[in-house]
Amino acid sequence: MFQKYSELELEQIANTIRKDIITMLEHAGSGHSAGPLGLADIFAALYFDVLRHDPKKPDWEERDILLLSNGHCAPVRYAAMAEAGYFSKKELLTLRQFGTRLQGHPERTKLAGVENTSGPLGSGLSQAIGMALAMRLNNQHHRWVYVVLGDGELDEGNIWEAAMLAPKHGLHNIIGIIDRNNIQIDGPTESVVPLEDLRGKWESFGWHVIEIDGNNIEAVIDACAMARAVIEKPVMIIAHTIPGKGVDFMEYDFHWHGMPPNHEQAMIALKELRTLGGKIRSEHE
Amino acid sequence: MSNLHLTDYLSPDVALVPTRKGFGEGLKKAGEIDVNVVAACADLTESVQMHIFREAFPNRFFEIGIAEQNLVTVGSGLAAMGKIPFVSSYAAFSPGRNWEQIKTTIALNDVPVKIIGSHAGLYTGADGATHQMLEDIALMRVMPNMVVIAPGDAVEAEKATLAMAKDPRPNYMRLAREATPVFTTDKTPFEIGQAYVLEQGQDITIIATGTMTHKALIAAQLLFKDGIDAEVVHVPTIKPLDAVTILQSVKKTGAVITVEEGQIAGGLGGAVAELLSEQLPTRLVRMGMKDHYGESGKPVELFEHFGLTTKHIALEAHQLLTSLGKQ
Repeated sequence: MFQKYSELELEQIANTIRKDIITMLEHAGSGHSAGPLGLADIFAALYFDVLRHDPKKPDWEERDILLLSNGHCAPVRYAAMAEAGYFSKKELLTLRQFGTRLQGHPERTKLAGVENTSGPLGSGLSQAIGMALAMRLNNQHHRWVYVVLGDGELDEGNIWEAAMLAPKHGLHNIIGIIDRNNIQIDGPTESVVPLEDLRGKWESFGWHVIEIDGNNIEAVIDACAMARAVIEKPVMIIAHTIPGKGVDFMEYDFHWHGMPPNHEQAMIALKELRTLGGKIRSEHE
Repeated sequence: MSNLHLTDYLSPDVALVPTRKGFGEGLKKAGEIDVNVVAACADLTESVQMHIFREAFPNRFFEIGIAEQNLVTVGSGLAAMGKIPFVSSYAAFSPGRNWEQIKTTIALNDVPVKIIGSHAGLYTGADGATHQMLEDIALMRVMPNMVVIAPGDAVEAEKATLAMAKDPRPNYMRLAREATPVFTTDKTPFEIGQAYVLEQGQDITIIATGTMTHKALIAAQLLFKDGIDAEVVHVPTIKPLDAVTILQSVKKTGAVITVEEGQIAGGLGGAVAELLSEQLPTRLVRMGMKDHYGESGKPVELFEHFGLTTKHIALEAHQLLTSLGKQ
């Protein structure tokens, strides 16, 4: 559970997660490609380094909580959970199929280890506040609530209600991670409804903001460590990511937000990811 | 019915207390019983009578501000961590504004958040149509896993609050602003999911919920003077509906009126219509709001205008029985 992985190993895990995402989505015939691929490094960092958790004991009372607010990115969570040993990797192929525990959008009551039912956007940060308040009441000072948010999701008013409330209570046990990939369904975020100055917005609401390259695993791990050291303020990590990261024809293309690859596209993507796997060399070795 | 230990509800001196007051007292008691009971409000703390809890347990009360979506989603997080959160606002705003958050993060997520919608129904009076929540029963009743409660008076509201704190499901309870007659006592039974026959009769069944039950009791008295023996069934839990008690009564009487201060479409009237049409088709008159909004006015003026006084109930009973050839 507390095994320490090298950066190279983590990068290989992220690559495996990407391959599983492609395989799952192609098999399911529907689902979201760009967001999950872009989040693979963050989820590799979270499940294999950052989080205190036990895949064999998903309801462990001392575990950190990971909320996925942008529920449509569920494939990356499922792939990371399977890789971590929460369930068999074979089950990944049941994504979106009738009777599956891997619902199209994640449901807490269906799969142990999923902490919140999500899909409709904008609720996760508020749920994190409720959980962080409960931890404080329970004197659990060594647990954190991590919550992954989409950037398009920040259009939702519910997010900004939460953004105002968390600093009031000084909830430093909340660590938000915004997947800043600059796309949403209708196009680039800045042309749909501009989010910038995003850092300034969160800072002015009373958050400690850390801005990183969200496809750099070490940067994710370091940012989370810095975030845990912040006292009196909740922390928002703005993680700049490449949507569709790892698959050339998907990268930066907002059309892949809500589409799965077909068989031919999946074969191309998997070949590319396999080749990439052979090329992975950690810069920090 | 002496075994239900009702008050002398026909008396002009019957006590008048708002149901929200009973909730406020009940919540404090629930907090004393269980340390996991917590509360949150959206800038209406005294109005919904949560200040009683806040004063007793300041560390377990959270002021959310005017943000009803945040109110219920914070509640979802608290409940996921083992707390029993009561989250309150006016019903017009919660569940009026935040239905999807309630569905996804509370009902589908299946965590025991207790949603309190105060100032529901026509008793909200002068504030007008925007604040008279008439659609809440329908909105919450269609949600799987959700329990829907409309207590008849303040004493019952207190009991319902204590019962909700022990219930593992998501719950919604609607409350009224105005002081309304207290017809139950500490000894009157209350269980979630149970309907109660408050007056036994043979000729017609009057099914009422929330604060309209007292009006149904008075109407039954008016009918008694006219020689009609009406049965009054009080339904404080609209979901799950107590089909057994309702069907037993209707089988006996063969004529039904439902009474509520909300939209009949999807409300108590809708619930009873669904039950009877499937299991015991019976002539039914649904009294309540009929696809229109309220307006400003004193509650007494509004109940008169929308045909929801005790006299209107008695009149509908006469008309129904006449049309059935029973009088």
